[in-house]
Amino acid sequence: MEILNLEGTEDTPKIILDKGNGIFEISGRSLPEDSAEFYQPVLDWISAYANDTNPSTEFVFKLEYFNTASSKLILDVLSALEDIDGTTIMWYFHEDDEDMEEAGEEFSELVEIPFEFKTY
Amino acid sequence: MKYIFDLHKTMLDNHLILVYEGEFTQEITKSVLAMAERNMDSSGEESTTKRKVFNVMVECLQNIVKHADDVKNNHSAIFMVGKQENEYIIVSGNPIQKDSVDDLTERLDHINSLDKDGLKNLYKDIIKNTEISDKGGAGLGFVDMARKSGNPLEYEFVEIDGTSSFFCLRSSIARG
Repeated sequence: MEILNLEGTEDTPKIILDKGNGIFEISGRSLPEDSAEFYQPVLDWISAYANDTNPSTEFVFKLEYFNTASSKLILDVLSALEDIDGTTIMWYFHEDDEDMEEAGEEFSELVEIPFEFKTY
Repeated sequence: MKYIFDLHKTMLDNHLILVYEGEFTQEITKSVLAMAERNMDSSGEESTTKRKVFNVMVECLQNIVKHADDVKNNHSAIFMVGKQENEYIIVSGNPIQKDSVDDLTERLDHINSLDKDGLKNLYKDIIKNTEISDKGGAGLGFVDMARKSGNPLEYEFVEIDGTSSFFCLRSSIARG
């Protein structure tokens, strides 16, 4: 399966989705002008991956900041992952960033996937 | 050229660290954010405060960008950041269609009537049940601004003409 690899910019996150190496990660800042357009390749990749998944999928979110339009799309990504057995969300937040910790907790209440919280 | 000095003095008197007037785009948003961030970094602002200010600025600026075409032939808006001893003030003003005033008033009054948990529930309710609009908004901007700032959103509408009004919005964020 093809690797999705997007370099981070000042308003878009770095994204690596690599089935072969078991790396699934969205990190950095997310405030694109058009969040739906930006996250479409991610949603497409996950729906292709759903047909042929690894036994377990550790999906990492290590976001420094995301805007509200991105939060809606992050929920869409999480909802897509909900259908993939063996998925765990690794939600990273900076140790003094309570808002990011709370954002992760809220997402965990909205989808039925186990979340693990980690600081960096 | 007295107006130059007057403007300079107004900015100092109101502790404004940044004023931008003109057209708003994503590129302008990024530049304004970078300037405000640099200012907060160089003054050694606490990281929690910095993040909250950044957060409120993004929602405020992207709101203006999204609604820049609402009023024909009037795309000019204003955005300001003030830094006082105890708080940051984020102020914006942009032209809107007069018929949006009631809807905005209702939404903002509702948000301002809610406490922390009420805002959290409203946020979760909206994120679960709404689709991204054709303008790219999730309808969460004001709720997020109220949550992150921890203060009510002050607003006022100033009539421009028969069909448009100027929407002034002010958020304040306590300094850590």
